[in-house]
Amino acid sequence: MPTPLKILVPIKRVIDYAVKPRVNKARTAVETQGVKHSMNPFDELSIEAAVQMRERKNPPVDDILALSAGPAKCVDVLRTAMAMGADRSIHVEIPDAGQGQAELEPLGVAKLLATVVAEEGRNLVILGKQSIDDDSNQTGQMLAGLLGWGQATQASKIEFDDGDRVSVTREVDGGVDTVRFPLPGVITTDLRLNEPRYASLPNIMKAKKKKLEKKSLSDYGVDEGRRLKTLKVEEPPPRKGGGKVDDVDGMIAKLKELGAI
Amino acid sequence: MLLTTCHSAFRQAQGSLRLLRTFKQQQRSAFARLLSSLAVLEQREGKLQSASLSAVTAAQKLGGQVTGFVAGSGVRLVAEEAAKVKGLEKIIMIENAAYDKALPENYAPLLAENIKKEQFTHVFAGHSAFGKNLMPRVAALLDVQQISDITAIEGEDTFVRPIYAGNAILTVQSSDKIKIITIRGTAFAAAEANGGSAEIINGVDPNVQIKTEWLSEDLAKSDRPDLATASKVVSGGRGLKSKEDFDRIILPLADALGAGIGASRAAVDSGFADNSLQVGQTGKNVAPQLYLCAGISGAIQHLAGMKDSKVIAAINKDADAPIFQVADVGLVGNLFEKVPELTEKLKQ
Repeated sequence: MPTPLKILVPIKRVIDYAVKPRVNKARTAVETQGVKHSMNPFDELSIEAAVQMRERKNPPVDDILALSAGPAKCVDVLRTAMAMGADRSIHVEIPDAGQGQAELEPLGVAKLLATVVAEEGRNLVILGKQSIDDDSNQTGQMLAGLLGWGQATQASKIEFDDGDRVSVTREVDGGVDTVRFPLPGVITTDLRLNEPRYASLPNIMKAKKKKLEKKSLSDYGVDEGRRLKTLKVEEPPPRKGGGKVDDVDGMIAKLKELGAI
Repeated sequence: MLLTTCHSAFRQAQGSLRLLRTFKQQQRSAFARLLSSLAVLEQREGKLQSASLSAVTAAQKLGGQVTGFVAGSGVRLVAEEAAKVKGLEKIIMIENAAYDKALPENYAPLLAENIKKEQFTHVFAGHSAFGKNLMPRVAALLDVQQISDITAIEGEDTFVRPIYAGNAILTVQSSDKIKIITIRGTAFAAAEANGGSAEIINGVDPNVQIKTEWLSEDLAKSDRPDLATASKVVSGGRGLKSKEDFDRIILPLADALGAGIGASRAAVDSGFADNSLQVGQTGKNVAPQLYLCAGISGAIQHLAGMKDSKVIAAINKDADAPIFQVADVGLVGNLFEKVPELTEKLKQ
């Protein structure tokens, strides 16, 4: 009898992927006020992966816990996660997060998650491979390191066998590779893993009744001190379009002029 | 009287401030002498992966002594090859087949032990699949907040990195004792493979037993230049319509130019090209001399992966496509006609 899965899916609220971010006037952070936010796209894949595991029933899934750490509005992305199929949520409120400085760093998030894993008896954590705001690509690996668990990053395929082992196909440079480890473990999702479902209206209504616990960092004994200090945030140097040419000969001539061929 | 007291107090404060400053300067120069960096070198089947030589360059930019690190079976030959790399003074070598596939479960504790033993102040690795998988785990074991995908070094504790898919450039200062850093390969040229004569030493091997097994791999085989390091890249997008068209239109142009091949996410998702060829925020970052793309609109996620290219050329039928805002050379037209014409003319 395979061990039932107790899944933790950490999710992050980020500026919507389609919005072009703007650096604020003080050059201290990216402007987040009044900008559309949504769930980090890789985290949608994590929720979908967890829900698909429940649908496959082998191994059975005991429960799917979604967690987000950040400002009050993180509740929105947790509701979305529950509408997609997570059973319950924890919101670790960080009052000033989102203003650049107070946001937890990946190491802080990993420590928080390691505590939650212990308290909630999790045996599988599925995270996005990176958040599209900070682009660090660290949290899952750090969590696996802190817990001493197996890890599989950039997953494009996840399969369980009867012996509680999970085989994960990973996107690597030049192709894919496959690793296998027994649970517990940490998996981070890549874009090719699945197509996240849309939350239907009835499911959105049901999600409102699902349990959402409020916690604070001190509940988990995590200190929010940062190791990295932001000195400045700038716009990248703009590229000026060089204009258009009329035909292929014009293109070849211009490329030669620019020394590109 | 009060004024004088204030004044002298002010002077005293100024004096001690100056003292403090000199002290800090002394401390900084003393520190500069103590800088000691480790460049983690990736090896595959007994071959040094040249892409990881950018880590050596980054470490050299920082100053101080630079040591290389290789682990795996039969790794003596790799270590000897690495010993010739210019800028490396020492190579730490660990001969053990357990590290062949660089599984982070045992490779991370191995690295952490060697970093602690030799008291490196900085550790550099490429922000490749290898570095991304491994280094955060090392950082966690050492209780360090890693700095990912840096594009510049401003000082021993200050680094520059793109965030928000390259739409903002962040400068951060680290307060960690050990700096764990992954670097963007295209921002640091590879160190020269010759001219060095490093000493090879055996590192410590904690030999951590793990339950993770490496099963298999499926790598795209190609004689073309590697996408991430190619000096020219030809890239296709959704406009190519099918895999057959992608191969028929894009491959000959790449061959004519001796270029590596890239693709947009749309092209990869539609099955026109292999996943590993995706250029962009979630794929590869490239910065070739020439990035020539056809049928790519230029979404911000794609631009994130190629906008540091020296020259960008684009062929697209939509004159308002965002790609034309960054392209040095733009041609509005049907790629099914223009690209073959370009290929023919380049061959002549």
